[in-house]
Order: sequence, then structure tokens, then C-alpha cells
Amino acid sequence: MEKFLNAENDNRMKKMSFFSFYYPFIKLGVTDVWRHKTRSFLTMLGMVFGVGSVIAMLAVGEGASHQALESIRRLGSQNIILSSVKPTSDNEASGVSKSAQLAMYGLLNDDNLRIRETIAGVEDVVPARMVRRNARFNERRIELRVVETVPTWFDVVPRPVLAGRVLTQKDLDANANVCVLTEFGVRKLLAARRMIGQCVRLGQEVFEVVGVVKNESGGNVRAPDSEADAYIPMSTGAKVFGVANIRYVSGGMEGERVELSQIIVKMNSISVVEAGAKAIEAMLKRFHKKPDFKIDVPLSLLREAEKTKRTYNIVLGAIAGISLLVGGIGIMNIMLASVTERTREIGIRRAIGARKSRIVIQFLINTCVLSITGGLVGLIVGVVIPIIITVATKMPTVIQPWSMGLAFGISVATGIVFGLYPALRAASLDPIEALRHE
Amino acid sequence: MDSGNKKHEEAEVVRLKNVERYYTVGGETVKALDGVSFSIKRGQYWAIMGPSGSGKSTLLNILGCLDRPTSGEYWLNGTNVAHMDDDRLSDHRLKNLGFIFQSFHLVPQLTVLENIEMPMFYLGIPQAERTRRAKELAEKVEMSHRLSHLPMELSGGQRQRVAVARALANNPAVLLADEPTGNLDSKTSVQIMELFKELHEQGKTIILVTHEVDIADFAKSRIVVKDGKILECRE
Repeated sequence: MEKFLNAENDNRMKKMSFFSFYYPFIKLGVTDVWRHKTRSFLTMLGMVFGVGSVIAMLAVGEGASHQALESIRRLGSQNIILSSVKPTSDNEASGVSKSAQLAMYGLLNDDNLRIRETIAGVEDVVPARMVRRNARFNERRIELRVVETVPTWFDVVPRPVLAGRVLTQKDLDANANVCVLTEFGVRKLLAARRMIGQCVRLGQEVFEVVGVVKNESGGNVRAPDSEADAYIPMSTGAKVFGVANIRYVSGGMEGERVELSQIIVKMNSISVVEAGAKAIEAMLKRFHKKPDFKIDVPLSLLREAEKTKRTYNIVLGAIAGISLLVGGIGIMNIMLASVTERTREIGIRRAIGARKSRIVIQFLINTCVLSITGGLVGLIVGVVIPIIITVATKMPTVIQPWSMGLAFGISVATGIVFGLYPALRAASLDPIEALRHE
Repeated sequence: MDSGNKKHEEAEVVRLKNVERYYTVGGETVKALDGVSFSIKRGQYWAIMGPSGSGKSTLLNILGCLDRPTSGEYWLNGTNVAHMDDDRLSDHRLKNLGFIFQSFHLVPQLTVLENIEMPMFYLGIPQAERTRRAKELAEKVEMSHRLSHLPMELSGGQRQRVAVARALANNPAVLLADEPTGNLDSKTSVQIMELFKELHEQGKTIILVTHEVDIADFAKSRIVVKDGKILECRE
């Protein structure tokens, strides 16, 4: 007995494994937390809210931006979308005699050619003219957006073909009365029937359905495709619908002449998209005196969305930081109270021979048990809240796996940062004074 | 290290040489200990006596490595500890000293077994061995039947027995008892003193600090302190 206690004592101290050294302190910390249930719970609330809000807000933010970024990406990051817009000044000028006048504005076939001929780095230019027409099939009826376009539309705005085929150059050359419908329109119009080969009426003309494509724009207003589209060859459109679009409104007619509703320019690489957009805008402005077109660059939208996301993350980080700071201060406060409460215990441990560092470790672990428990509860809260949000509001949320790791890391860091001061204070107590403390 | 001869040192567990301890209170220097020298050999049983304010507590703190002398030397188990840093003093308390206090000073949230194990834990003895030895010690002080109780569930005498077991845990060179019977009734006091006598017979070195003459009478040798000086030293 005597021998092992004197000769081997020094070695034993070093030989102790990590776990066997910390375990009693962890046990002590857990018992201490458990003994003051109410106090511990209230102290942990700060951590719970801090960690919970970080995970939940990250999940909600990621869900929202994921959706936004995805729908922008579907517009095609190499594309530049030019759309005709009715100039506001024109509206006012024609106010007096609008029933008689035909408003003329928008993109022209010439613009299409000009872009193709003069802008560097253009891979393809796709013109499109859109009109709204009633589609009829037997007794069923639905208003569709008829897109008069060229076959390359389907290369520039790619989407999966569900049945049949897309438009071909042959259709265009032959002025064929064929159309490609979107999934949604097909379901409304043809219901359960076999779709390909059916004839539907668009306006006054009969068209054969040659294909069905999936529509993926996801409700983005800037998307070139919409939910209920019918694609027909441009040449056919010009033949059957003409170029003027006349609507009957109360008290007369309102007409407008728009040569092209949209021009989609696909650049040959992402790096030239933004320069190309600038060049196109400058060039078009020379030919359009009125502001009757607008340019959307999905890539810029993507960049903007990413920037917004970054800003959001900074704000989120600040909020999380503040709530964790508050939580950490709460924990520190309680630990300081605990040090005072346990002064005598500290005195006893020091008198028996515990080094200062052991006291520091004991109190640090105690704080970490508090903050980690709070962090784990917060993690559960942070995972459950997005699920509730998704179930209740159908809003997509994406729980980031790394955010859970982050939450745990934050808990430990908070425990150490805010536990250090109370722990050092505990260790610096004079054992003689501490033993006398009542 | 002192150049004193080796044999002499080995027999002496405690040796104080001209120990002084001054406090500065409000700009005034108080001499709590004023040149104290004595030595205690292995296996001896000493009582330190003195009225309150005599410097008895200061002497106890220095003997217990809780305080350092302002000047002078203190050899504990062959090592001069008078000017050691806090960590090394802590280690000496852990290995060479066993404290027994007037108000027991058990950790209230730990069980009897855990309290006895505590010094062994700080020494790094593995859990299994700790438990085995703690049970042995509990048996020695007749507390085996209360291992999983908390201190507040025990009587004063029982608490002091647990405290004695804890003090013995690392088999220290010196047992340091500070008024061990101060909070006990006369019957339990006698029982505790019997336990001390038993430990002394087993070869333990015991230093007993008290102001009660009948308690001091249990010890074989006596030091009386007054005004920071040794008034009487009788082996």
C-alpha cells in the first residue's frame, strides 16, 4: 500500500485516460443541473432559443432561397430574355381616341436579325409571339397562351418532353397546323384521353397535338414559359392569327400590334452574358425611341438572389449572435451564483489537494453541461419548427446538416467562453477563506 | 534541499525552522507566528494547544500547506515546502497530508463513498481501485453500512468518521486534525479520539490542534503556542 502510493503516484496522474478524468466531472455537472431543475431550465432557455432560431431560420431561409434560385436557374443562366412592354407614355397619348387607334410597340423581327448579326458571342436567338386564345376540345374549354415560335425555343428553354415530339423546321416550312401543349393544358383539355394526334381548336383554327412537354417555370413571372401554353410554328401563327391583336372592350375595340412578344438570346458562355446584355440594350435603344422593351438576365437575377441570401445570412448571424450572447450571459450569471453557493466545496477540494486547474475544469464542464444540454434542446426545437412550418404553410424548408454541427459547436463555445470567468473566479478563491465561508 | 543529514530527515516527518508569518492589516504588521521551530518524528502523536489568537490557526495553515511562511523553512516528509508554488503545494496536500476539520467539510452533494474516493480521484487512481479502497477505509471507520448516504443524512460522529476515512485515502504522511471534536458531544468525542488512538497505534503520525485540555491529553506530546511563539514543547 505504502509503496504504490508514494512511488507510483506521479505516474498515475499522467496515465489517466481522457474519459476517466472527465467522467466524474461530467457526472457531477449533470447531477448539479438535475438538482436545480427549474434554475437550469430557465438558464438554458437562452441557449435553446439561440440555437433553435439559428437552425430554424437557416432552414426557412435555405428553403426560400433554394426555391428562388432553382426557378431562376430554370430560366437558363446563359439566356438573355427581351420582352415587349407597352410604353406608359403611349397609353396616355392614346387615351382620347383609343377605340380607333392601333397601338404599335415592342420588339420587331428586325431586332431579332440585328441581334443575330451584330452581337458577338450569340449562340442562338429565338423569337416568340404570344397571344391568348381560347382552346376547345369538344365541350371542354380553356384559355391558353399561344406561343408562336421556332423549333430552337425548345433548345433555349429546355424542358422534358412527356409525349410525342416538339416543333420541327418542317412544321415551320409547311405552315403546319400542329401544336405542342404543356402538361397542365393537356390535363385540363384532354383529360384522360390519349393526347397525341387529337385535334384541338385554338381560336378559330384546328391544330393537331403533336407533343406534350413538362412545364417547369415554377410560377416565376419572368419565365418565358407558363403553366398553360400551346406552342405553334411561327409561320402558322402569322398566317392564322395575323400580327394585330384586337380585343373587344366595353364601348369599342382596343387593338395593339406587337411583332414579337419575346426574344430569347442564348449566349455561348456564361462569361459573356452580362456584356452581351449591355450590348443588346445599347443597340436596341438606337432603334427604339420609346422604352417599349425590357431585358431580363437570369444570371444577374441569380447573382442578385445570391447577394440577397448572403445579406440574409449576415442578418441571421447577427440575430443568432445576440441571442447566444444573451444566453451566454445568463449562463455566466448562474455560474457565478453557483460559485458563491459552492465556495465551501471549492475550499474542501482545494484543501484536499486539488490544483487550481482541476477546479477550473470542474466549473467549465459544469457550464458546458448546461450550455450543451440547452444546445441539444435548441437543436430539437430548431428541427421541429421548420417541419411544423412546412406542414402548416406548405413553405419549403431545408434543414442544413451542418447547421446542427454548428449548433453543437456554438453550445460548447458558449459554455467555454462564458464559463471561463466563473471557473477562474472559483479557482482563485483562497482555500482558507473558502473553508470558512458559510 | 537542506544539507542536513539524511537519517535525521527520514525520521522527521515535519520540521519547522524559525517560521515567521506576518500579516499586514491596515498598514500595520501583525506577527501571527514569530520564529517557530520544532520537529515531529514519524509515528508520533502531537497536540498543538493555545488560546484563540495565539497563532495556532496560522501554524495549522502552514503545517497544512494552505499558507506559506513569510520567512523560515518547513520540511514536510523530507521536502522543503516553504516557498513552493501553488500547484506543488496542492500536490503535497494531496499526497502527504490528511485533513480532519472541526465542521467535517464533506462535500454535501456527494455520497459517503464518493467523499472518501475524492482524494484518490485527484491522484488519478482508477475508478475500480478507488471504490475498493474507499470501501476498505469505510470499514476501518465502521461506516460500511452508510456508503450511499449523503452527509446530511448522517450524525455528527458519523460524518467525522467519514472525514477520517477520506483523510486516510491517499495514505498521507501526516494526519492533521483541527478541533476534530469541536462539534461533537462528549460521548462521540471520546469515540473519535479512540479512533485516533487506534490510528496512532497503527503507526500514523497525527497532529491534533485543540484548545481543550482533555482532548489534548489523548496525545502523547504537546506544543503550546502563545502570541506567535512556542510556550511549551513536551515530548
